[in-house]
Amino acid sequence: MNTFLRNLSPSHQVGLLFVLVFGVLTVISVAAFVMSLKDTHEDDLHTQKLKEFSGLLRTSWLMSTVFWIGWTLGETVATVLFGLVAFFALREFITLSPTRQGDHRSLVLAFFVVLPMQFALVITRRFDLVTVFIPVYVFLAIPVVSALADDPQRFLERNAKLQWGIMVCVYGISHVPALLLLKFPNYDGKNAFLVFFLVFVVQSCMIVEHLVGRKLQRPPSAPNVSKSFNWASWLIAVVAASLLGGLLAGLTPFKPAQAVAMAFIACVSGSLGHLVMKALKRDRGIPNWGKRGVGVTGASGLLDRVDALCFGAPIFFHSVRWYFGL
Amino acid sequence: MNDKLSPVLAKLMGLFLLGLIRTLTGAQARWQGCPPKAEQRIYFANHQSHADLVLMWAALPEELRSITRPIAAKDYWTKTPFKKWITTAVFNAIYVDRAKTGDQDPLEPLIEALTNGDSIILFPEGTRGNHEEPQKFKAGLYNLALRFPGVVLVPAWINNVQRVMPKGEVVPVPILCSVTFGAPIALGAGEDRGEFLARARQAVMDLRET
Repeated sequence: MNTFLRNLSPSHQVGLLFVLVFGVLTVISVAAFVMSLKDTHEDDLHTQKLKEFSGLLRTSWLMSTVFWIGWTLGETVATVLFGLVAFFALREFITLSPTRQGDHRSLVLAFFVVLPMQFALVITRRFDLVTVFIPVYVFLAIPVVSALADDPQRFLERNAKLQWGIMVCVYGISHVPALLLLKFPNYDGKNAFLVFFLVFVVQSCMIVEHLVGRKLQRPPSAPNVSKSFNWASWLIAVVAASLLGGLLAGLTPFKPAQAVAMAFIACVSGSLGHLVMKALKRDRGIPNWGKRGVGVTGASGLLDRVDALCFGAPIFFHSVRWYFGL
Repeated sequence: MNDKLSPVLAKLMGLFLLGLIRTLTGAQARWQGCPPKAEQRIYFANHQSHADLVLMWAALPEELRSITRPIAAKDYWTKTPFKKWITTAVFNAIYVDRAKTGDQDPLEPLIEALTNGDSIILFPEGTRGNHEEPQKFKAGLYNLALRFPGVVLVPAWINNVQRVMPKGEVVPVPILCSVTFGAPIALGAGEDRGEFLARARQAVMDLRET
């Protein structure tokens, strides 16, 4: 079996991986569907939990499909696709952060200059610039444009919001396709596995945390921010997902111990990033970035789906590049 | 413009605009007080930007869009041939003269459209407001309600459009917008004009928080 897998070409291996992922997702979805049929008693908490789980499941479907499309159509298309995801995520973020008329030019700059430039840098593999373009250059450019708009009211607050939005939505998401374009020695054509590794361990970590949290019933560690987050189930989830990452080492350019460490880094940053985004949502007074019919804006809640990746991807990307000296 | 080509062009332009508006704003319609139904209606909404007209048009479902005519300010929307073409060929708008000219009733084109059985989109403030709250409603809504008692009056609140394109800016920014449609109101028997207009304005403002 193992030799059979090794003898396949990289693209066959990746294809097989997608067949596997979609197969597993189908099995889980069918199981969840059957469970929802069985559930006839009106237990509010239970239905709420089931809803949350199906939300997670939907995310997994969405992401797998995006990756599959990206993989079949090539790296450039994949990067553009992630650029669109960043665009819609930033649109959600800005909608729920009040801006004033004086921010208009800065917003134009963020959406139509910074965002395309960042993804263009990714496509052209200028990774040194990818990592500093937004935190260094855009960090100055945005407040300059805002200052020229001549509106000092809540200046710091407004600029901080805009820069946060750009960091999370554009900078964070742009590091996912950057992984596809990173060149490892002896790893040609297999970069899709690296993205899969990142997404898979982070998503697994979130699902395990959710399931363990239900079993343990510990009091939340930061109840005002998140009703579900507690250190015990968080730790179990991170360790479990890291070990899972170790099992997947064969897919990656890492040795097993390195894979565990990389998965650990991705899971810690991803799950804690998710917590940070929850705090942000509480600050804005909303349960979600948008649920159809519930949110005033009618946002589709894309940011809810990708927030862990937004924080996980840049840190994962940087550690990989730094450790392997790429 | 070629006569055979122009309906096709208008259709394409409509599709392009819909795509653009949905990408930038989502153009979500929230039917809270009434379902989207093909009956004769007057939709009346707050007015903060010229883009209000475009957003209302985009938020309506396809079937209603073809029987609903927005009111457009003549001086702004006929300024260039392109604007004029878009409002007539794509939006099927009704022009209203904001500057009073002689003894012509400014409601004349609206009455004509309602007599034909069309629904209309009205901004009773008359001009764009720059404030949080809508300005006082003008009498047009009352006069139309009096003259067409069978037409359903649906209040609507347009959210966020002024952030997409504030006064004086050219490039729109992507921000999610929505149109909330409330429960229809009706003119009471013998209701005073000022009372009715205040009630209509309140009905629009009540949708802000829902």
